[in-house]
Amino acid sequence: MIGIETIFLEFRGLQRDELDRWITHQWVKPEGAPGAYRFHDIDIARIRLILELRDTMEVPEPALPTVLSLLDQLYEMRRRMKQLNAAMEQALPADMRAVLLRHLGG
Amino acid sequence: MAEDPYKLLGVPKDASAEDIRKAYRKLAKKHHPDLNPGNKAAEETFKRVSAANELLSDPEKRARYDAGEIDETGAEKAPPRSYRQYAETGAGERYAYNGGDAGFAGENFEDLFSTIFSNRQGGATGPARGRDEHYVLTAEFLDAVTGATRRLTLPDGQTLDVKIPPGTEEGNVLRLRGRGHPGRNGGPAGDALIEIHILPHRFFTRDGQDIHLDLPITVPEAVLGGKITVPTPAGPVAMTVKPHSDTGTKLRLPGRGVPAHGGLPAGALYVTLRVVIGTVDAALEDFLRGWKPAGAKDPRADMGASS
Repeated sequence: MIGIETIFLEFRGLQRDELDRWITHQWVKPEGAPGAYRFHDIDIARIRLILELRDTMEVPEPALPTVLSLLDQLYEMRRRMKQLNAAMEQALPADMRAVLLRHLGG
Repeated sequence: MAEDPYKLLGVPKDASAEDIRKAYRKLAKKHHPDLNPGNKAAEETFKRVSAANELLSDPEKRARYDAGEIDETGAEKAPPRSYRQYAETGAGERYAYNGGDAGFAGENFEDLFSTIFSNRQGGATGPARGRDEHYVLTAEFLDAVTGATRRLTLPDGQTLDVKIPPGTEEGNVLRLRGRGHPGRNGGPAGDALIEIHILPHRFFTRDGQDIHLDLPITVPEAVLGGKITVPTPAGPVAMTVKPHSDTGTKLRLPGRGVPAHGGLPAGALYVTLRVVIGTVDAALEDFLRGWKPAGAKDPRADMGASS
């Protein structure tokens, strides 16, 4: 985990009031209290995602909550699918997996 | 850590090329080693300012630096991992969409797959015992009678040594504890359940603890009696055939059936004699032509088909 100063070193051009706003809106969820934030790797990647959405893909900031919400739902679904996949791989005998594949048209 | 080249040159990030050149010249004049002989600090500053200028005066390098692709020394930075690489791991739970006021109804796993999990038992996170795995092992007749250890090759190429106990019967299921699917979250592994199928034997048949055998004997052995050798599950044994034996005569060899197991005493081997005439020669034919047995009976008399 890293502190907020390192974040500004990592993202030149990111303004403190921008990041504070994103944290307030919970677009970024660092650990700790204001003034002592600790950022995980995923928080850093998320800041990069927000910057890329806004600056490179020209998603206007008012539209960001909708885009982030849709992305979060998509990733949640993909995590669930991976869990289900892992569970089936561990728990289902080979013949059951073959039956499932047939039903899925695979 | 190297310093921000913009700060080193004292120019804003959006400084023009001309601004940068001017700032550099000004600093270079001030810190040039030849103008500051013996001043180590000035020499260091000059080197850093020169490096900053080299970076910012090259439009391509400056653009890559601004984009974060290279660092102050011009070295390539590893491309950052994408958000997706984190979001699809457990770390992604931090940004799990939790529904609520935002308008989208958050669905949990069970809702999503409700038909599959409608009879799900227990929590998703607690330790759970692994599932049992079912196998079929085909055993030789004598292995099932006397017991044996046989190797079972699993679909994944692993092998299981299966101890077939004496007296195993068709359809019996052996349980190998802990050899099924691994447990989840520290739960115990399931068991391997092995259903035994027994192949028929060439001449033995089985009835519980007893074993039956049709044993061919010759005409002289049947008529005159004598010692013969009889196969049993545990190996050949000697047996006496009484004179005047016939096809269908039953002999009982106690203790020669299925060995004692699981509280059951050893069974018997029932031997049913079957007279075989074998090769007939002229002497036998001659003897039978002249043979007029006293009190001979029609063996088919009670079948309503007397000759």
